[in-house]
Amino acid sequence: MNTENPGTDDLSVEQQDAAGSASRYAVGIDLGTTHCVLSFVDLQDEDAQPDDGPRLEVMPIPQLLAPGTIDEKWQLPSFLYQAHESEISVDDLALPWSQAPVIVGTLARDLGGKTPIRLVSSAKSWLCHGDVDRHSAFLPLNSPEEVPRVSPLDATGLYLDHLREAWDYWHPETPLSEQDVTLTVPASFDPAARELTAQAAGKAGFRHLTLLEEPQAAVYSWIEASNGAWRDQVGVGDIILVVDIGGGTSDFSLVAVTEDDGNLLLNRVAVGDHILLGGDNMDLALAYRLKAKLAQQGTQLQPWQIQGITHGCRDAKEALLADSELAAVPITVPSRGSKLLGGTLRTELTREEVQQTLVDGFFPQVSISEHPAQQTRSALARMGLPYAQDAGISRHLAAFLSRQHAAASELFDTDTTNDDGEAFIRPTRVLFNGGVFKAPLLADRMMSIINGWLRDAGSPEATLLPGLDLDLAVARGSAYYGSVRRGQGVRIRGGIASAYYVGIESSMPAIPGMEPPLEALCVAPFGMEEGSEVEVPGMEFGLVVGAPVRFRFFGSTIRRDDEAGVLLDYWEPQELEELPEVQAVLPVEGRTPGDVIAVRLASRVTEVGTLRLEAIALEGGQRWQVELDVREGQ
Amino acid sequence: MTFNLTMMPTTLDAGHLGLALLAVVLLILWLVKGNSAANTDTKAQPAAAPAPTAKPKVESTPKPESTAASKPAAQAAVQLKEITPDTALQLLSLLQQEARFVDFVREDLGSFSDADIGAAARVVHEGSQKALNSYFTLEPVRSEDEESRITLAEGFNAHEVRLTGNVVGKAPFTGTLVHRGWKVTEVKLPKLAAGHDTRIIAPAEVEL
Repeated sequence: MNTENPGTDDLSVEQQDAAGSASRYAVGIDLGTTHCVLSFVDLQDEDAQPDDGPRLEVMPIPQLLAPGTIDEKWQLPSFLYQAHESEISVDDLALPWSQAPVIVGTLARDLGGKTPIRLVSSAKSWLCHGDVDRHSAFLPLNSPEEVPRVSPLDATGLYLDHLREAWDYWHPETPLSEQDVTLTVPASFDPAARELTAQAAGKAGFRHLTLLEEPQAAVYSWIEASNGAWRDQVGVGDIILVVDIGGGTSDFSLVAVTEDDGNLLLNRVAVGDHILLGGDNMDLALAYRLKAKLAQQGTQLQPWQIQGITHGCRDAKEALLADSELAAVPITVPSRGSKLLGGTLRTELTREEVQQTLVDGFFPQVSISEHPAQQTRSALARMGLPYAQDAGISRHLAAFLSRQHAAASELFDTDTTNDDGEAFIRPTRVLFNGGVFKAPLLADRMMSIINGWLRDAGSPEATLLPGLDLDLAVARGSAYYGSVRRGQGVRIRGGIASAYYVGIESSMPAIPGMEPPLEALCVAPFGMEEGSEVEVPGMEFGLVVGAPVRFRFFGSTIRRDDEAGVLLDYWEPQELEELPEVQAVLPVEGRTPGDVIAVRLASRVTEVGTLRLEAIALEGGQRWQVELDVREGQ
Repeated sequence: MTFNLTMMPTTLDAGHLGLALLAVVLLILWLVKGNSAANTDTKAQPAAAPAPTAKPKVESTPKPESTAASKPAAQAAVQLKEITPDTALQLLSLLQQEARFVDFVREDLGSFSDADIGAAARVVHEGSQKALNSYFTLEPVRSEDEESRITLAEGFNAHEVRLTGNVVGKAPFTGTLVHRGWKVTEVKLPKLAAGHDTRIIAPAEVEL
């Protein structure tokens, strides 16, 4: 709980008028790890025919490409650069709407390539990293002291600020703060990360906000792009597997198709873990492979050349993956100085190297029972992002399908166990999203792995759902979602994709050398819908006025049947995942510090899409919020 | 150096590439000038009554052309277009940034092997291609195959088609299409900040 001024951060995003009446546009923002995209629908489009689907547009985002050079791009790279005062003349930082207070976008990314100590990147990954205080300014990490720092929350807010200014520049009559905005988050974001994203949006002035899971946005984009034909592409009983591989993260979701009154319904039944592994890892892997090859030939690369090679690998990879006739693509890294000749490094990327590094390395042909090795984090690990240690995306996917084998069993009778006793859910349709799948070779490989699993299990093969713009689908889908929320159109049902628990130490006589056993109290059941609320019956807590109480906090994407108030005294280690602690503080105002107040817990899923935990006084019914992201020093 | 005038180049070598680039650059510059001169003329109109355009803020944004627009306005009667160097410098800067164009052209190729030149030519080619594709939409003037016979009807556009050789008589003219020509259908150059010094095509770089 924010002791100074409880709840101010949250007010701005809570001021939802249910109808969103004033909004002319439905705006969707893909707030990606490496890029942001904004798409929108004009809800009062006068030319639109009643039968037409909503007309989506993607907003060009003016940004600095080089000092003094402004251009419009569909994507805003999610990077922030803290320039030194004598690095760039202030005149060269003008944007169409103002002087840039900080540098974000393409120029930030390019400057950061040469001066990494001033570059903030992957703020989104830090936002869901529970081991750090996400409100404290610590980025860029490990930089000299004089470089100004920002928190992951602030960096996210600055990207949103840029998008808001760009919008207001194009649409001065209808500022973004007045529009319905749908912001996408990874399906695997925990409640604290969602809450922080909503806070960043609130600080950036967004007042009508909804959060949407990225794989769901991809599904909406597929629906929108199909122009109504999606009903012919799926039927009752289908299970759609969404595989979303972005620049920095991979995200999986399962959507089951059911029927009600003759209408097809989509139900998001499961989401995967947060995996920090994406397309950028692939380019880097190729660059290091070439570095090793050059080292064997006696050429040692400078750090700046590795960057050039990574750039070159990205283009060469795309060329090789697109054209199966090509055997090799040359890669050149120009010299840094003005002497281009002689100093230019030339090497080539061969088909075999791409095959071994990318196809076999990231999409290994594995069986459904091969899962990534459990990550054991060493206590001495340096502070950093918890990157996936196993690069095999197919192993992560196998683990997801196995763990979620029962995800659709409530909806229809499915046989999920094969002859070997391997249980996994059998997708019948597959939807790919993310730039990685622009390469047909990788998309085919992923399909053949999934279909291999299905064949081995004696199930029919899954088919690929077509028609996504792999770079812009998430933004487009979220704008489309914003428009269907207002009127007719299919909505994906889901609710929260996880059940949440607080840890309770069970009361039993102390045994020396043994921790008291921990029990888990379910505070929010799986599938709670937006706008719903449950009180947790049975368990009362005594909170001490003025003294923070911390609870251990757990989530489970597998335990679907636990009602609020269920107390678990035993669970399988993989069933519950521990999340960052939560904390309740009763402010002192009007009470005597040290008094004990009996409370009960309640949980609520807001209209925005964030989870709220509250403590309710048994006497008087007063409510206090339980903070999901605990700040240092509180 | 030996000269063999019968030999035809079989691959795109650096020298030809440079020449081709230069030709394209000059063509583009010429076209851009045509466009931007037209733009500045309209911009020079009194902006007192702001029309309800899609982006009215544009007026408040310092445009690179606006500083230069005052000069040519005074000499409106002169037949030649006054060319401000800003767009030319901007294009040069873009080609230098993306393709190391100035570095390449300023270098003496004499002492280098074809392999070295080839490696550098790739840098220039890839970068120039990227720059051209980003900022210009190009299409051939004539869609027919080169070396095929075509007929030009009366009233053909002499800006688009140049007659050479035995130029006598009246249209329609029938002849061999030697070069398809290029025209830019869309120019989308980045905007420049008002205080930006376009003469610095590439800043000197000092690593600390």
